[in-house]
Amino acid sequence: MKKSDEKHTVSTPTKISRRALLGGMVAAAILPVNTFAGYVQTSTPALSGPGDDPIKIPGPGPSPVGKRSPFENPVRKPSDISSRTPLQDMYGTITPADLHYERHHAGVPVIDPAKHELLIHGLVERPIKFTMADLKRFPSVTRICFLECAGNFRTGKEELTPQDVLGLTSQSEWTGVMLSTIFRETGISPKAKWFLAEGSDATVMARSIPIAKAWDDAMIVYAQNGEAMRPEQGYPIRLLLPGFEGNMNIKWLRRIELSDEPYMTREETSKYTYPVKDKIRMFSFEMDARSIITYPSYPQKVERGWIEIRGIAWSGRGKIVKVEVSTDVGKSWQFANLQGTILSKAHTYFRHLWNWNGEATEILSRVTDETGYLQPTLKQLIEARGTALGGYHMNPVTAWQIKGNGTVLFKVES
Amino acid sequence: MLTKIIKTKLTAIFSGVILISLLAFKDRALHQSFQIQAGDTTKWPARFGFGYTPTAQEITAWDIDVRPDGKGLPKGQGDVEKGKGLYTLKCASCHGANGVETGAKLPGPALVGDTAAKSKPKTIGNYWPYATTLFDYVRRAMPYNQPGSLTDNEVYSITAYLLNANKIIKAGAVLNAQNLPKIIMPAKKLFIMDDRKGGPEVK
Repeated sequence: MKKSDEKHTVSTPTKISRRALLGGMVAAAILPVNTFAGYVQTSTPALSGPGDDPIKIPGPGPSPVGKRSPFENPVRKPSDISSRTPLQDMYGTITPADLHYERHHAGVPVIDPAKHELLIHGLVERPIKFTMADLKRFPSVTRICFLECAGNFRTGKEELTPQDVLGLTSQSEWTGVMLSTIFRETGISPKAKWFLAEGSDATVMARSIPIAKAWDDAMIVYAQNGEAMRPEQGYPIRLLLPGFEGNMNIKWLRRIELSDEPYMTREETSKYTYPVKDKIRMFSFEMDARSIITYPSYPQKVERGWIEIRGIAWSGRGKIVKVEVSTDVGKSWQFANLQGTILSKAHTYFRHLWNWNGEATEILSRVTDETGYLQPTLKQLIEARGTALGGYHMNPVTAWQIKGNGTVLFKVES
Repeated sequence: MLTKIIKTKLTAIFSGVILISLLAFKDRALHQSFQIQAGDTTKWPARFGFGYTPTAQEITAWDIDVRPDGKGLPKGQGDVEKGKGLYTLKCASCHGANGVETGAKLPGPALVGDTAAKSKPKTIGNYWPYATTLFDYVRRAMPYNQPGSLTDNEVYSITAYLLNANKIIKAGAVLNAQNLPKIIMPAKKLFIMDDRKGGPEVK
């Protein structure tokens, strides 16, 4: 979908001069950005003058670093403590690194990789400190997986975009060394059941992780989408725990201590825990299966006729096996097409072709993962956990209202 | 005439398809002949020998964590009164004069509240299951603008003040590595481990 070509895309005719186009950055600054509810309007530039025909004048030459087209301006939506990925602007499942969501607890530290070291100690046969060069010498591995903040879900008003509702998830291709490779190097005492991972941010963020994850698929990664990882994602190294809540994937990693018990750090007790009936549930590691339709969504407008419904689905417990879409307020469901290859613990793109007859309705998606778990409704979550809920590990089915005039609004449920 | 043209065109299309198929086949054969055998058969060494052995001092300097059983707590002590002074000086600007939610928008969360379950807001009194976590967190992350600046005795004192303000320990209490892990927090009984393992159940 090229947005500027589509009739149903909100568009603003904008005059862009040839000079601005050649200038790139200048043009990006000139482009009007409608920050209304975080939705970035795409523009239909009206080229002017005889020099604006691209087949008549050679364009700019090669450059050291590429830039986005001045006609495109996908942006994160930052708050004081996090920023959200513009899911509605994504056509695939790899998030450009500069649009990966952020959540940090004391800002992004500036770390010189030449001075950065990782200490492994505790219940090990031999404590070892690794420099960045040491870590990069180990056999490396690359995998694609999503990351998601455990607090990823927002509702409460109709004027919410996919970015507002679920923008605290992104996906990258990560490269680094398997944690099991590092643990073989230090040797692990049979008494070790947990490990503490600690970052070098100004909160020295720490989480306890069961050792089984280290032998399974945990990694220490230094690269994202083929280049050195971004500072916001943990440069120069972070822990990667595929499928586990974002907070445990400790960024700016500097220390791992093997232990026979969990540490009960602040982030795993008074934070990232949630009420279940009259108790508080802790140590929810895996992110449960969920999906969201990213097109059509607020504040787009649709027209009667063929619409390709698009979205992403994922599970922290493995592969997804099916996504169902309803275009009649959940009365009936149809299978969506899944874009292969379907990877474990990864965003999977889905599409469903729909011929809209112009009547007001609601469209929904729900995913099933390979454990047989079907994404629940908010009502099911309330029945299972009580009304207090809290903000963590909430993965209800969400809906978009399609109004008779083609307006799309988020469906607020309670 | 028309039929003949169509036939000719079809023949051309078929020939094209066959040619493309043959080319694709040839391409695949070529590709296969250059393909590297799957699987690196080199045996990994028991150890690569990368990295170096840190000194005991290097480990101690970084090993700041504290467990619920008290492992990791440093020597030293602190009391409620000293903690109150430190709180006023170093914590009150973000968490409020008494750590109690007043309705005013503050940079830090409320710390002091009712110890009854389900109270709002979540505070140390009603939502923190372990007293050791308080020491650990204050020492590693607070004050927000000067993390790591407090001495161990200061951290013990601030911990004592906050536990007393939440009516968990007496005003005269002196905290140290021996008695801090023995404090039973009011919220401890509420916490349960997630026992879900995937599968169809919504829980």
